[in-house]
Amino acid sequence: MSNSATLEAVSIDQDEGNFSYPEDYAYDAGYGLNEGTVDYISNIKGEAEWIREFRHRALKVFFAKPMPTHWASKDLENIIFNNIRYYLSKGRAPVRSWDEVPDDVKKTFERLGIPEKERKYLAGVEAQFDSEAAYSNVKEELTKEGVIFVNSTEGLREHPEIFRKWFGKVIPTGDNKFSALNSAVFSGGSFIYVPPGLKVKHPLQAYFRINAENFGQFERTLIIVDEGAEVTYMEGCTAPKFETATLHSAVVELVAMKDAKIQYITVQNWSNNVFNLVTKRGLAHENAEIRWIDCNIGSRLTMKYPGVIMKGRKARGEVISIALSNNGQHQDTGAKMIHAADETTSNIVAKSISVGTGQSTYRGQVHIPRHLKGCKNNTECDALLINSSSRTDTYPAITVRGNQHATQHEASVSQVSEDQIFYMKQRGLSEGEAMSLSVNGFVNDLVREFPMEYSVELKRLIDMEMEGSVG
Amino acid sequence: MSTVLMPMEETITASPTEVWLSAPPLTEADAATQAGTPAWYRELQEKSWARYLDLPVPKRTNQHWRFADLKMIRFADLAPAAPATDPASLIARAVAGRPETFAAHFVFANNRLIHSEIADLPAAAICLPLNEALVAHSDLVRSHFLQETQSLGGDKFAALHGAATLSGIFVHFPKGCVSEKPILVHHFNGGEGRAIFPHTLVVAEDNASVSVVDVFESITPAEQTLNVGMVDLFADRGGKIQYVSLQNLSDNGAKHVQIHSTRAGRDAAVKVGFVNLGAAWVRNESLNRMVDTGADCQIFSANLANGIQEYDQRTLQSHEAQHTTSDLFFKNALYNNSRTIFSGLIHVKPGAHHTDSFQTCRNLLGSEEAEANSMPGLEIDADQVKCSHGSTSGQISDEEIFYLQARGIPADDARKIISLGFLNESIEKLEGDELKAYLFARVQQKFTALDESA
Repeated sequence: MSNSATLEAVSIDQDEGNFSYPEDYAYDAGYGLNEGTVDYISNIKGEAEWIREFRHRALKVFFAKPMPTHWASKDLENIIFNNIRYYLSKGRAPVRSWDEVPDDVKKTFERLGIPEKERKYLAGVEAQFDSEAAYSNVKEELTKEGVIFVNSTEGLREHPEIFRKWFGKVIPTGDNKFSALNSAVFSGGSFIYVPPGLKVKHPLQAYFRINAENFGQFERTLIIVDEGAEVTYMEGCTAPKFETATLHSAVVELVAMKDAKIQYITVQNWSNNVFNLVTKRGLAHENAEIRWIDCNIGSRLTMKYPGVIMKGRKARGEVISIALSNNGQHQDTGAKMIHAADETTSNIVAKSISVGTGQSTYRGQVHIPRHLKGCKNNTECDALLINSSSRTDTYPAITVRGNQHATQHEASVSQVSEDQIFYMKQRGLSEGEAMSLSVNGFVNDLVREFPMEYSVELKRLIDMEMEGSVG
Repeated sequence: MSTVLMPMEETITASPTEVWLSAPPLTEADAATQAGTPAWYRELQEKSWARYLDLPVPKRTNQHWRFADLKMIRFADLAPAAPATDPASLIARAVAGRPETFAAHFVFANNRLIHSEIADLPAAAICLPLNEALVAHSDLVRSHFLQETQSLGGDKFAALHGAATLSGIFVHFPKGCVSEKPILVHHFNGGEGRAIFPHTLVVAEDNASVSVVDVFESITPAEQTLNVGMVDLFADRGGKIQYVSLQNLSDNGAKHVQIHSTRAGRDAAVKVGFVNLGAAWVRNESLNRMVDTGADCQIFSANLANGIQEYDQRTLQSHEAQHTTSDLFFKNALYNNSRTIFSGLIHVKPGAHHTDSFQTCRNLLGSEEAEANSMPGLEIDADQVKCSHGSTSGQISDEEIFYLQARGIPADDARKIISLGFLNESIEKLEGDELKAYLFARVQQKFTALDESA
């Protein structure tokens, strides 16, 4: 199994997003981070005083908090916060029609197939280019029914009565160093509100694009789904490949009220110079369900542990995660399940594939406190190692208090066995096809959880990645 | 709102910054014993003491101490253990509570040997108290003594042990030397605020086979005592070692730290068993290194936690060569307000291809207040590896109780039977029927004692 062949196979897929346009920004906060940067962003957005204060407080927390390198990858030390630009945009407000989007931005998204996908099967789209959304549109009938789908600036300005109550509440500023950073300089992202009882049939989609070098994207997403309502949200991310490090640090908060359902799907395909350090957490009220479906293919280092706090009785949380680490990549992903009410159930299924010198890490936390009854957790994590230089780690932490709960955790690490490959070769498959088939079989049950369009895409992607990874 | 939103905080503990001890905890008598030891040993003790002073007290941010209650490791007022006042009764206790067959029996009380008995030891074997071995076999001890430099978080304890240990045994089985019967060692500790530092060093040369059992007990209940023990096992080509630690200290006040390391060479097989029944706080560290092809390590543990006990167990299965195997199987039965922490890591180093490594931790929660923490970990850097770990937490199901009730067994007894069977699964994996029966009887006794006090 040669590594160079693998590398070749992998570069095919990542080329899709590997292009950039010359930089020409109307607003640029410059390099480095200080109180001036925060004021600059706040001034441009014309924000209310409480948001400005929120940002300044967060900045202090960010400076005060140490890097989490006592448990996390030392690679974090390679982020030089002063070499990063914290705000870049061409215009302050997104437009509602593709025709009004600036040419190079439009070309970017057209190359990535966003307008086409919107026509085909999406209920609403937001496309973020560096710091601000360039385009944002939601189907008219949804607006009539009361769905709000805007960016963070607009959400906090136009609908404070809805969003302020939950903003920064699911993930407090001080949760970790990067959530504090995001709270100080956030820009863009999606603020969504779905009114009671409304089941949004088609998914809402956001597309995040980094175009500039030495840039940090800090989108902020808050999705509130009211009683009995349902929504599926998808996000995709790409960036061109630069020599220098780019930072992406989002905060995503979900709130599912009683009986609500949220499905949040991510397909992350950042280029290999992006540090992807994201905090994602959902709050599920009584009988609500939050599902994170997470697929990480790109980035240099991803650290992402989607969580669900099950606050109401019978709430459900689920994380389904696929990670693919190639040469030079480290996918440090996992899940957090915090049970805070009786009869809450959670499920974590994580599968990772390490190719070449790629490293996959699963970190999990399951917490079931005292005096609760009938909580259940199931965790499965499986890792597949393709080459002898591939690496995989698993670090779960499970705390169970009391005798009325059940948890189980299982993990396995395996290889595609030579016997399997031999068996398939005997039946006329080439070694590459056999490997591809085995790997697809390994993740198949999870790929099926993605919406049709994505699962087809994912299968194709994995096929491409595996081609030539053998012999 | 915020209380619900931030439940991630682990047990909040102040970070103790005080120095635990200001001088090595040795009495004048200990100092006299120390004076008789070889120069290299005294030097090593001084170095260990300097290292002990140098090392930081474990902090909450240290991953090796995650979930641990750090209040448990404040020992500012420790004193060296004084000679036991009534050794005869302790010897009688040790003799009454031992398996029938054994190769040799040693009894230590408060760091001092009070009884030794050789029953059936191969002529070529060396089996001596540490202080005597240091004089008689200085070079042999030196080449194995405190060789392990890796730590699972207890390096400050290991340094303290290195600075103070003078008790325990040195066992050396030369090539081909085999004994089926176990070497028994009793360690008693007693006296308010006293510490003992038992050491167990076992070397099995090529194709030798040896079994050692340590038993830890308190002289009197309800005293604040501390054990800081270390166990080092070396198995050369084809060597076999079985080591069992039965910890049955007083539930009130006794603290027990035990740092174990195994170094298994080519085709060596090492079995280690930890049975914890008593003590207020236990910290077990078990470092298992398979350094050559064919090495096999098996680590078993059966723990019965009750009251406010905290059992904190950290393990490492380190695969450092091709075709090595290991299996870890831990069982915790928890009652009352007890807590257990299991943190295990399988590490398959680069080049250690064709490794088979397994790890299982099962928690049986028997009360609403008990808390089980599991952190089963994997780090795989090699090819053609089969690894898995599993961790479960749950309680005895009503169906199981009903099944036994239907056969005329009252519910309370049914629970006890199932718990006993649950723990016995670990014990069953050890070797020696008599030893297994002996350990099982100890677990049973503990259950009965708990019943009576409840």
